Amino acid sequence: MKKEEADLFVPREVTTDEIFVPGHRACIGCGEALAIRHVCKALGRNVIIVNATGCSEIIASLLPQTSWCVPWIHTLFENTASVMSGIEAAYKARVRKGKIADKNVKFIAFAGDGGTSDIGIQALSGAMERGHDFLYVCYDNEAYMNTGIQRSSSTPYGAWTTTAPDGKKSIGQATWKKNMPEIAVAHKIPYVATACPSYPFDLMDKVKRGIEIEGPAYVHIFSPCPTGWRAPPELTIEIGRLAVESGVFPLYEVINGEYRLNFDFPDLKPVREYMKPQRRFKHLTEDIIDKIQARVADEYSRLREKAGVK
Amino acid sequence: MKKEKVVGLEGSFAVAEAVRLANADVIAAYPITPQTHIVERLSEMVAEGELDADFICVESEHTAMSACVGASAAGARVFTCTAGQGLELMHEVLYIPSSMRLPVVAVIANRALSAPLSVWCDHSDMMAVRDIGWIQMLAENNQQAFDLTLCAYRIAEDSDVLFPAMVHIDGFYLSHVIEDMSLPEDEEIAGFIPEYEHPFTLDPDNPVSMGCYGPPFIYPEAKKAQEVAFENTMLKILETWKAFGDRFGRYYAPVEKYRMEDAKIALLTMGSCSETAMLAIDELRAKGEDVGLIRLRLWRPFPFKEFREAVKDVEVLVVLDRCVSFGMGGPVCSEVKAALYDQQKKPHVVGFIGGLGGRDILIEGFEYMIRSALEKVKAIKRGEEIETEMIGVRE
Repeated sequence: MKKEEADLFVPREVTTDEIFVPGHRACIGCGEALAIRHVCKALGRNVIIVNATGCSEIIASLLPQTSWCVPWIHTLFENTASVMSGIEAAYKARVRKGKIADKNVKFIAFAGDGGTSDIGIQALSGAMERGHDFLYVCYDNEAYMNTGIQRSSSTPYGAWTTTAPDGKKSIGQATWKKNMPEIAVAHKIPYVATACPSYPFDLMDKVKRGIEIEGPAYVHIFSPCPTGWRAPPELTIEIGRLAVESGVFPLYEVINGEYRLNFDFPDLKPVREYMKPQRRFKHLTEDIIDKIQARVADEYSRLREKAGVK
Repeated sequence: MKKEKVVGLEGSFAVAEAVRLANADVIAAYPITPQTHIVERLSEMVAEGELDADFICVESEHTAMSACVGASAAGARVFTCTAGQGLELMHEVLYIPSSMRLPVVAVIANRALSAPLSVWCDHSDMMAVRDIGWIQMLAENNQQAFDLTLCAYRIAEDSDVLFPAMVHIDGFYLSHVIEDMSLPEDEEIAGFIPEYEHPFTLDPDNPVSMGCYGPPFIYPEAKKAQEVAFENTMLKILETWKAFGDRFGRYYAPVEKYRMEDAKIALLTMGSCSETAMLAIDELRAKGEDVGLIRLRLWRPFPFKEFREAVKDVEVLVVLDRCVSFGMGGPVCSEVKAALYDQQKKPHVVGFIGGLGGRDILIEGFEYMIRSALEKVKAIKRGEEIETEMIGVRE
């Protein structure tokens, strides 16, 4: 058996305990649902999850059903880190006051890229600054997919979305993707990482590290979205790999300020290869793709430098 | 009667005392004038170990209410306080505890809304949140601020209630004024507020999903259940105020009357200006006028029965609003009229708007309202509407 084939089913066997159970309404090939499944396997059951409004919330909690086998709460879009702050404080206070026994419960926040880098950034920044002991997981599918593929600040340069369509006077998204992991790093929190469900063991390791470290931890998960990226659903894993191998979405960790590049590619695959299966990039001209290529190469070399890779 | 000591206390400190005596577990608040003295005092209490609570100094009121929601869902007794713009920033979140049945207690130091910027008192903030499903009660002095805050915990957390509650204290008039008040000894409070035990909390041993997605086949049922349960809170509000009165000697009612015996003319007020209104009533009574005062202690749920009973023999009802509902007059006046619409015998209702943005209403102001209301009633013909007048405005 080739390693790549093993990777497809071995993650399921890490633990057979499913915490995010099937029957939910995610699209075929959803990278986010897959990532949530892996994250939950790494978390175990001794957690409380706060979920922002978005795909992950609406697919799995339609009354009277739920896919969540652990305590789970959703309230609004932008306040995920805030609700989590209250839960964590409540737990600490109640343990201290002898009202409940300390069972080392972990506090987890889930949100999409819009709920994190746009509408929820203030709440997240506040929670990181206050130093709550929690893990925040951002599932980044690079646009508001739940509402119908509108652009977010996490949408990559040049991509088509319904609110940044390409046209005679538009190349599509005219701004560069907001670098949310670096914003988390700037808060000097003990743990920041990027992950992708195409690398399930790396992803699960990072989630485990995130909950073990005391204080705020932030994991940003690149979650391919076949529906919104106009890509074949069977290519979700491959697109994730191409994003990493092309340097578009490098996998790295920042532990107490120290950068560590988890997968290094001295010879990056061309961004064209990553973009090719996705119709959201099909309108891009050669010069725009060259511009993106140059930016990706530059950012990747800066990251290598930070990680001390020679 | 229980043992109490008389102290001079600012309204904000009185509220903080009530929160300390309630032994809140989590406080999440963001500073805003004129609420600041409450958070400052609570911070001191936590810093000195007088109150064993986690004080989350949040980055906004939106987060303050969100953190209270999370903490309450995790089984903690919570507190927040805000005012004016802060309550408006919370607005979106306020719907969550009322629809998810989380007994958050909040004190609002009533403040006007921008623009122009005003830190001073009126009731625009509390009126903007009247349809959300929070129990709303008003204090008119510091004693009441203390008493009602304590009662709010017992009401909100009752297993037959489980709704959030707001206690409104007028910004500056109460929040920054020192008055004599009776403070029960700590041991006297013990047992008045039972331990908070929500039937469903976020607990890995008993996992539940909270805040699920409600499609059309279930949303109306959820809303009806909420409305029925909210109306039923009245019973526990009355029970709690009775229990408080029996224990501490101070009785509260949803509609409180002052010199209403045989009154043909009634003035209706809410909040701190009611005490000035009482002085005006005294003066008019001394001149032989048949006037009395009605104060709405409870704004939500609206006390229909008690209100109709209070005005059943009144011929002219003068309503003061400290808020403008643009294009609609005053919100209190509108609601009072709605509450009377189906009644066979009902008073003329004359609305006034005053006290906006901290403009004081003096005794003469209330006297003017009553005199002017009588003239207006005399002057109207059948079928004519009496327009709401904004008083004390330079033109």
